[in-house]
Amino acid sequence: MTTLLTMPSGLQTVSYLAASVLFILSLGGLSTQATAGRGNWYGIIGMAIAVIATALGANIQGHAYLIAFMAVGAVIGIVLAKRVEMTSMPQLVAVLHSFVGLAAVLVGFSSYLAPETSQLSGAAHSIHLIEIFLGIFIGSVTFTGSIIAWGKLEGKIRSKPLLYPGRHMVNLAIVVGSLIALIPFLGMDEASGLVVLVAMTVASGVLGIFLVMAIGGADMPVVVSMLNSYSGWAAAAAGFMLSNDLLIVTGALVGSSGAILSYIMCAAMNRSFFSVIFGGFGANEGAVAKGSATAIVGELKPINIDETSELLKAAKHVVIVPGYGMAVAKAQYPVYELVKKLKARGTEVKFAIHPVAGRLPGHMNVLLAEASVPYDIVLEMDEVNPELPETDVVIVLGANDIVNPSALEDASSPIYGMPVIEAWKAKTVIVSKRSNAAGYAGIENPLFYKDNTRMLYGDAKKSVDGLVAAIERE
Amino acid sequence: MKVGIPTELESSEARVAAAPKVVTRLIKQGFEVFIQSGAGKKASISDADFAAAGAKILPDAKSLYQEVSLVMKVQPAKLSELEMIKPGTLIFSYLYPGQNAELLKALAAKKINYIGMDAIPRITRAQKMDVLSSMANIAGYRAVIEAANHYGKFLNGQITAAGKVDPAKILIIGAGVAGLAAIGAANSLGAIVRAFDTRKEVREQIQSMGAEFLTVEIDEDGATASGYSKEMSQAFIDAEMALFRKQAKEVDIIITTAQIPGKTAPKLILKDMVDSMKPGSVIIDLAAQTGGNCEYTKPGEIYNHNGVIIAGKVDQLPGQASQLYGNNICHLLDDMGKAAGFKIDLNDDVISRAMVVRDGAIHWPPQPLPVQAKPAVTKAVEKPKGPTPEEIAAKKGRSMTIVLSALAAIFALIGYAAPPEFLAHFTVFVLACFVGWQVVWSVTHSLHTPLMSVTNAISGIILVGGILHMQESLGSAISILAAIAVLVATINIAGGFYVTHRMLKMFRR
Repeated sequence: MTTLLTMPSGLQTVSYLAASVLFILSLGGLSTQATAGRGNWYGIIGMAIAVIATALGANIQGHAYLIAFMAVGAVIGIVLAKRVEMTSMPQLVAVLHSFVGLAAVLVGFSSYLAPETSQLSGAAHSIHLIEIFLGIFIGSVTFTGSIIAWGKLEGKIRSKPLLYPGRHMVNLAIVVGSLIALIPFLGMDEASGLVVLVAMTVASGVLGIFLVMAIGGADMPVVVSMLNSYSGWAAAAAGFMLSNDLLIVTGALVGSSGAILSYIMCAAMNRSFFSVIFGGFGANEGAVAKGSATAIVGELKPINIDETSELLKAAKHVVIVPGYGMAVAKAQYPVYELVKKLKARGTEVKFAIHPVAGRLPGHMNVLLAEASVPYDIVLEMDEVNPELPETDVVIVLGANDIVNPSALEDASSPIYGMPVIEAWKAKTVIVSKRSNAAGYAGIENPLFYKDNTRMLYGDAKKSVDGLVAAIERE
Repeated sequence: MKVGIPTELESSEARVAAAPKVVTRLIKQGFEVFIQSGAGKKASISDADFAAAGAKILPDAKSLYQEVSLVMKVQPAKLSELEMIKPGTLIFSYLYPGQNAELLKALAAKKINYIGMDAIPRITRAQKMDVLSSMANIAGYRAVIEAANHYGKFLNGQITAAGKVDPAKILIIGAGVAGLAAIGAANSLGAIVRAFDTRKEVREQIQSMGAEFLTVEIDEDGATASGYSKEMSQAFIDAEMALFRKQAKEVDIIITTAQIPGKTAPKLILKDMVDSMKPGSVIIDLAAQTGGNCEYTKPGEIYNHNGVIIAGKVDQLPGQASQLYGNNICHLLDDMGKAAGFKIDLNDDVISRAMVVRDGAIHWPPQPLPVQAKPAVTKAVEKPKGPTPEEIAAKKGRSMTIVLSALAAIFALIGYAAPPEFLAHFTVFVLACFVGWQVVWSVTHSLHTPLMSVTNAISGIILVGGILHMQESLGSAISILAAIAVLVATINIAGGFYVTHRMLKMFRR
């Protein structure tokens, strides 16, 4: 079967240009909530144009298979996206990253095996081989790294960082070894070159596993954004090997987007990017901190649902600080019920979101949006902090490290210097928590011991349900 | 164990050592509670209320003291009462051990154990049992209410159809618990509140309650290791007086709470200041019991001095006070092991200091236990150790230079070695990185998750790579690799866009 109609190459180039512009508009659209929906459609249209223009290009064969495979893929993708709960969004994102990595590896291999490769010679041939090599390397790291990230987020792999002595050396050895293997690889014939390529793929896959295994659960937002960036670079590398500008542009957009997100996450935690990706923060430094941190004075003062509801009824300004605990308990719906009840009583209620709350950048915003919380009462940390001294009650709902005052007060704390929501400045702080365990970063939280803090023990959802009922009762 | 609550003998005392809620709590702790008939009368608590909460009512003090081994009281026991009390009984009440040497001796002789609620050290752990704080809280609140009652105008400013009303100006001297409570109450009634304290560290607390912090220009801190304030130097006092003299002419209400433990209260509002106040002004002197902060104060009296109302007493809100006082004792009993595990632990800092009389011996004054209201760590925090901004900037500058020279070297190498076709792609790549960089910074934080899923979908563009390698049949390795790449990339595209769509639909104003 030959193609039904073939696109002239000029038209194809223009289509690619249009698709690139649409992708840029798509990312630009996300700058505000009002234009975000449109941004997504730009992306979809751009993708459709890109796929059609490519499929109708010269020398494209196998349209029947193409349509069949794409149809299957689309169905799987939509089913996955439909089924996913908003609380599991990080897992879905991680899985999707692994697909891009896998696709990049596959495209790399097929590109290596394609007849065009052996027809090149000289510098062009070497550059092409380097492109393939790098593309597969990045793709493979992304693939396995994302799978481990998924496993950690899903709870299938323990989220504690796996640290063993000399891990940096092992990782470095894999990178250097791969680079050294590149040199003979450039001169090899196809068969022995393939062996090197497969060996390198396995080695870089192992590297991806090691890298992510060493990173603690609390740093997952950074890891996920980092893998997001890698998946972009993998696509860009594929663009180089296929001489396809659309892939290059798109890959570069995604790559820099992920890099910025990683940077923002690191800045929000006051951590250097390298210390996060080379792992081990939550375990070794946390252990040191327990010994050296200044002793916490005061005691935990429990409070029950009825007392809490009395406090809330009397309050004029209430701020809710959600954390991962809210996501785990799926408490976002009852929380909004509570907010509506309080608002009906004339209380002013706001949400305060810390940049690293949750396991994914912006995770809390998505969960609250899912529960139909209007986004104009959802504020960022910097907007909320100045208001807290005038706030009557702050409810800390399943958050811990992001409200830890030792980040500001205790220079020996591993999170010292990280900007936090200054919940303790409010008149009363209610901390809803399952137990007295330390947070994900493994650090004691002096907030819980402050005079104006009360501990509301129990599952976040049950506590909030109880509060809604208690306020309704009157 | 049996706890008894007698009627207070002091005629001016309206409180009782427990409210019905406290009785419920005591019973929950495992105690049996006995109450003398009529004990709650002045606090508007009837015997029936107590009985409903589970207490047993006894007709007189004598039968009560015979029955119980723990006694909760408000005022110190009177010598006349001691006759009725069994040796070995433990009493909780105010004791004023510094002024009641004779009573202490009598208690020791009768082997009555006594915990002075006013002798509980003021440390963080003991706050929940600190009756001075809980009573001061009430006094501060009530002082404002009484002042408003005597003051002939609105406290809050209003603009009405009948004309404009200026808000009242209230000066509060001393920002301890009573002072802060007064600031809070006055502020919520709409008055303009100013507060003065010799301790600099309370500035933040004063401001947080909504008052303006007044201070004098002399650098002397009145804070002491015990958390109380101390007497100040003459120069400081002169400056302070000048400040009060000026304020007295301006403000409508003055509430004074300044007390120094074990001494008579300092005289802060002198006769000439009162005389300079506007007619109709009000002075509430919460330090009246220890001599008063105002020279005109008559303890226990409220009178009009040339148009200025001077109050030397405030109502105790007996119902409220009884409940909080009882709760304080309940917290202490919690710490002592409740009924089942009741134990007098002399290794406990609180018990060993508050238990002024035990086993026939007097333990007064106690060992000092230095505490500071607030540890002085704030200063250390302001200047974190580490490089200065200049050093950081210099360091950044250096690493920036290194990065730029490395990039220049790489660019030079590429320009030298690479074929033109690669350079064209490379140009596109670098420009696209910059465009991405610019665009993504403007993405709002709340949309970072959708950003991630949409970039995820877009990176499915790798599908194009798969399409380019598709072949007529699935016979060759290339075609199979390409087909799988197409499959997973499409999952990515469809899943990414769809889930982004789902998320964005949820965001609404």
